[in-house]
Amino acid sequence: MAEKILEVKDLKQHFGTIKAVDGISFDVYKGETLGLVGESGSGKSTTGRSIIRLYDITGGEIKFNGRNVQDKMSSKELRSFNKEMQMIFQDPYASLNPRMTAGEIISEGFEIHGMYKNKKERRERVGMLLEAVGLNREHANRYAHEFSGGQRQRIGIARALSLEPSFIIADEPISALDVSIQAQVVNLLKQLQKERDLTYLFIAHDLSMVKYISDRIAVMHRGKLVEIGTSEDIYNYPVHPYTKSLLSAIPLPDPLSEATRKRIPYKDEEPEGELSMHEVFEGHFVYATDEQIGRWYTGKKVKLQ
Amino acid sequence: MGETILEVKNLKINFKTYAGLVQAVRGVDFSLEKGKTLAIVGESGSGKSVTSNAIMKLIPQPPAIYAEGEILFEGKDLVKATEKEMTKIRGNDIAMIFQDPMTALNPTMRVGKQIMEVILKHKKAATKEEAKKRAIELLDEVGIPFPEQRFKQYPHEFSGGMRQRVVIAIALAAEPKILIADEPTTALDVTIQAQILELMKQIQRTSDTSIIFITHDLGVVANVADTVAVMYAGQIVEYGTANEIFYNPKHPYTWGLLGSMPDLDNDADELLRTIPGSPPDLIHPPVGDAFAARNEFALQIDYEQQPPMFQVSETHFAKTWLLHPDAPHVPVPEAVRKRIEGYLEKNDETSIELGKGGE
Repeated sequence: MAEKILEVKDLKQHFGTIKAVDGISFDVYKGETLGLVGESGSGKSTTGRSIIRLYDITGGEIKFNGRNVQDKMSSKELRSFNKEMQMIFQDPYASLNPRMTAGEIISEGFEIHGMYKNKKERRERVGMLLEAVGLNREHANRYAHEFSGGQRQRIGIARALSLEPSFIIADEPISALDVSIQAQVVNLLKQLQKERDLTYLFIAHDLSMVKYISDRIAVMHRGKLVEIGTSEDIYNYPVHPYTKSLLSAIPLPDPLSEATRKRIPYKDEEPEGELSMHEVFEGHFVYATDEQIGRWYTGKKVKLQ
Repeated sequence: MGETILEVKNLKINFKTYAGLVQAVRGVDFSLEKGKTLAIVGESGSGKSVTSNAIMKLIPQPPAIYAEGEILFEGKDLVKATEKEMTKIRGNDIAMIFQDPMTALNPTMRVGKQIMEVILKHKKAATKEEAKKRAIELLDEVGIPFPEQRFKQYPHEFSGGMRQRVVIAIALAAEPKILIADEPTTALDVTIQAQILELMKQIQRTSDTSIIFITHDLGVVANVADTVAVMYAGQIVEYGTANEIFYNPKHPYTWGLLGSMPDLDNDADELLRTIPGSPPDLIHPPVGDAFAARNEFALQIDYEQQPPMFQVSETHFAKTWLLHPDAPHVPVPEAVRKRIEGYLEKNDETSIELGKGGE
């Protein structure tokens, strides 16, 4: 297996009595895209925000490049952490400061990290970043409102790339965009990953896009990680009833099969016994009790219809 | 052909803005049959929501101007209807549900009362007791558990999916003939979306409601639509039965939309097909085909003259010069064709006829 860039162990994030994230563990390997899917309230965004230290966690451990991110860091260490890990947000309208030009937004981090020698070099870097995300150099002097939604998201991506991070958390980066623009942004993320050797944690509720972009997928439900495996496995051979239910609800652009669609309903069980991760196939884990796994898993790969 | 309940003819709507006159809807024609669902699909700014709001006369004039065209509901032109006449039609004959259920509900009023209000307004003869009974029935019909208890609760006590059910219950309270649903499931999770779509179809079956469903999600369109209108830059560019649009698309924009959706069987190494660029400025719409600048198959004439609606079959139309007899033959892009073939193979043989129709 490839090198681990991120290790999450028994992560808990409680807000008062609400257990937004309740003891989840997973690893992210260098160079891969891990898709984190779940419905609203499942804790997927909270997980992303905890990893990037937007929240102090309630319990557990998050290691980035082998180092615990919740440890007290010196300002130098914190700078290097912030440089290595970046985030792309969902709403390209809310995440860009309307009083700053695209160039200022993208280069804000440069000053903090002293990444340029003079104004000319700074301008050059901004220009290169704009071009890398499919915009023009001339766009540097425009304000956020002068861009379309897709273009704004490109600025958000350029900002995330500006410090040359190795790991990017993309929290629903395409949910607010139109279909044809979504495809442009997803293609861009894929292409950048190849060119820059990036690792992504891709958080989304749009399962078809997640399947397309991810190497592996983790499914969250009510603060728990219920299933994790390769995208192929999760989509074709899901074991947890929640994953099956989620997959059976995605409408496809195919009227004939939609006419006969059978949604698999899901009801939370109140299991007796201890819940733990069971490895059903290589690298494919399901959160269940021994009794549940006996019922759900037949020992064979069963294709979801 | 069934009975037509609503017919929109050459509808043109402009908006006066400081920047100039925005031609949001530029000559739209469609008809809605009784008991059927028409899906209007398009991206932001395509004019799909303006069109549906225009039917209800929900767009303030000014800034909006009904520049041309007719909206015939049971033979009556709604464009010319007075506000008083429209008040009668809204809710009674045509009801609407929106994307965000919270904006459609009064946060300070118990949901039961909000449903009763509609019943009492539209059925003058009904007593309060009857209205209450009917409201509880409606809550039950839209699948809300414990309707008697829920009747007394406030909107904030409901989840997003349950709120949208309440909105649907309110919309149905007056037993409308037409239900206009503007992205009713966009804000919901997929499992909740599936439930709401099932609910709407079930209501349609039992009460023969006609539905106009506005969405940008082609999966949802495939699930609900009998007829599909694809809108781009204020115009319908392709119109046909759901099978025709999904298995035999003719307009390059429809190809682009279908191609930019990832397929669950997509090869992860392939890049998605995208539609380059962004939609045109509708203050100065392009002279020729509005899609030309983003169309890899654009012909010289696309930049000079708007294409007419070419007829592909009795029910299928597309506004592209590629269908002109003198146009070069441009086949459906490979990725889109492969996917359609895959879907048709998965379904049974009989359906393949549909896919090849109109070649």
